[in-house]
Amino acid sequence: MRGVLSDRMGAALLMAPLLLFLVLAYAWPFLGVVKWSFTLPTPGLGQYQALLTDDLVQSVFIRTLRIAAIVTVVSVAAAYAITVVWVRGSPAQRLIAEFCILVPFWISVLTRAFGWVALLSNRGLINTWLQSIGFISEPLTLVRNEFGVVVGMTHFLIPFAVFPLASAMRSLDERVLLAARGLGSSRMRTFWTVFVPMTRSGIIGSALIVFVFSLGFFVTPAILGGGRSVMIAELIYLRIFQSPDWGLGAAISVVLVVFVGALMALLFRYVRPKQLV
Amino acid sequence: MQQPGRAAEIKAIGIGKSFGSFRALDNLTLDIGRGEFLTLLGPSGSGKTTFLMILAGFVQPTEGRLFSDGTDITDRPAEQRAAGMVFQGYALFPHMSVEANIAFPLKVRKKSASEIKKRVGEMIERVGLIGHEKKLPSQLSGGQQQRVALARALVFEPGVLLLDEPFSALDKGLRGQMQAEMKRLHQETGTTFVFVTHDQSEALALSSRVAIFNHGKLLQVGAPDEVYDRPDNRFVAEFLGEINMLPLKGVRPADNGSIGVCEDRAVSMHCKAEKVRGDAILAIRPEHMSIAREAAAGENGIAATAIASTYLGAATKLDLTTRQGARVTVSVPNEVAAAALSKGNSVWLTWPAEKGFLLPEGGQ
Repeated sequence: MRGVLSDRMGAALLMAPLLLFLVLAYAWPFLGVVKWSFTLPTPGLGQYQALLTDDLVQSVFIRTLRIAAIVTVVSVAAAYAITVVWVRGSPAQRLIAEFCILVPFWISVLTRAFGWVALLSNRGLINTWLQSIGFISEPLTLVRNEFGVVVGMTHFLIPFAVFPLASAMRSLDERVLLAARGLGSSRMRTFWTVFVPMTRSGIIGSALIVFVFSLGFFVTPAILGGGRSVMIAELIYLRIFQSPDWGLGAAISVVLVVFVGALMALLFRYVRPKQLV
Repeated sequence: MQQPGRAAEIKAIGIGKSFGSFRALDNLTLDIGRGEFLTLLGPSGSGKTTFLMILAGFVQPTEGRLFSDGTDITDRPAEQRAAGMVFQGYALFPHMSVEANIAFPLKVRKKSASEIKKRVGEMIERVGLIGHEKKLPSQLSGGQQQRVALARALVFEPGVLLLDEPFSALDKGLRGQMQAEMKRLHQETGTTFVFVTHDQSEALALSSRVAIFNHGKLLQVGAPDEVYDRPDNRFVAEFLGEINMLPLKGVRPADNGSIGVCEDRAVSMHCKAEKVRGDAILAIRPEHMSIAREAAAGENGIAATAIASTYLGAATKLDLTTRQGARVTVSVPNEVAAAALSKGNSVWLTWPAEKGFLLPEGGQ
């Protein structure tokens, strides 16, 4: 008992500096933001009422949810395929998959966003190539719209989607898959009726992580959206720094934080934190 | 393994399997009869499980051919062989109910909903799982999970049922119960059963034939009494149960079997001295030896001294040393053991000629 207690004390002590930092750097200032949302420009619930009636704010909220949903589906599907190769492939395949998962972590989000601009813009690599082989005559609009935002965000988020999936796939009992095949099920059928359902907790964890990250994206949509596909984080930025309307910006922030908090609570009901790393 | 409802006849010819430099299975040739209950017995790493996995199609043999009802199935993938299989640890689908687990092989075979319902219902009744249909495997006891695994493997009427140490996780009482149940299922279905175990009493109790493996080699195949009473070699003799081994000299054929000299006394055996000549080992099971005051002329017997006894309830295990220092264990009635220990400890050990058998000297 004493060992357990002192272990817990030790863990608490180790975490204390981080907790203190989070309280000072995030929680405390955020309380200030909450205060603004109720007091600026006049005290009351005016800003929250404005949220419900302002067409621009609502369209940005809806766009953000839509983009987050699309990015989640695409990222989790792509991550699932990569993770299957990473966890169950031959040694060479595993190495390649691991490389593809880890390398993006070493490149800054800003660099990656501009990289996508270089690839997707009207005079970018993809359009130039498609035109040179005569596949298209006019360049396709691949960037400065929602498509570009989805591509950039998906690329950024796939590695984060991989880890919960990998953990679910690694803990799966190999014999259950053999049993399915021994009972007459083809590889394809075994994958869809046994393997995928057995990794359900990983899929849920992965989807929630990607969705929550997507809601707060700023740099990628700001660059690849070109001001036309504004998402919530960018809207908050605009309200605070460009059209000084701190009260509305603060109210949007509060709504976003509450929504994300609720999703996180949901996430931890489905998956243990240990499965996410 | 192809026609449902009909027991399969399997022929393995020269099967070998290497994993890198490790030889898991070497030149195995074995016929498995239609509807027989064959047990593959051996210590871990002996190749018995590798052979089962080759039969199931999960492992591809390095050499040799495998035939089922005369058809070469060596290169056929597992899902097309469709042998029923019960895994160690059961390998049930954790996300499916008992019912859905048992229905799985029928769904794969695209049976009609009404037929699936009927056959799953029958199977659930047969293995005694009524009332548990909607439960998940995690809500069942070990014995119940075992029943689901058996039901799932038998519901599509496979030609052969493969069982990989299915009872190793069960406690002793439950194990006996499941063994009886499996014997009943074998009789009811008439399917060929191939069963892997490292428990020799389980093998002897259940099977119509036992195949004993060691170091990747098949050492002997035969009915339980055959391999127990007439083992071909020392490993089989020792693996199947306790056995006494006495050095034997001058072994040669005789009218009614063979004769030799054991501890300066002439002894006779009913078995033939085909494989051994001269020096050999005389092997006798503890329950086949008796304690006597003296051995009559022409009777098999040696003098020994009783040194210790272990009371086992129904009988007593008595440890003795012969004049030339060999250790012998016999299983005798309790009062005989008490008398042997009290009477100056010096007794004679006797055995009938048909119960002693010859093993080659030294080696395996």
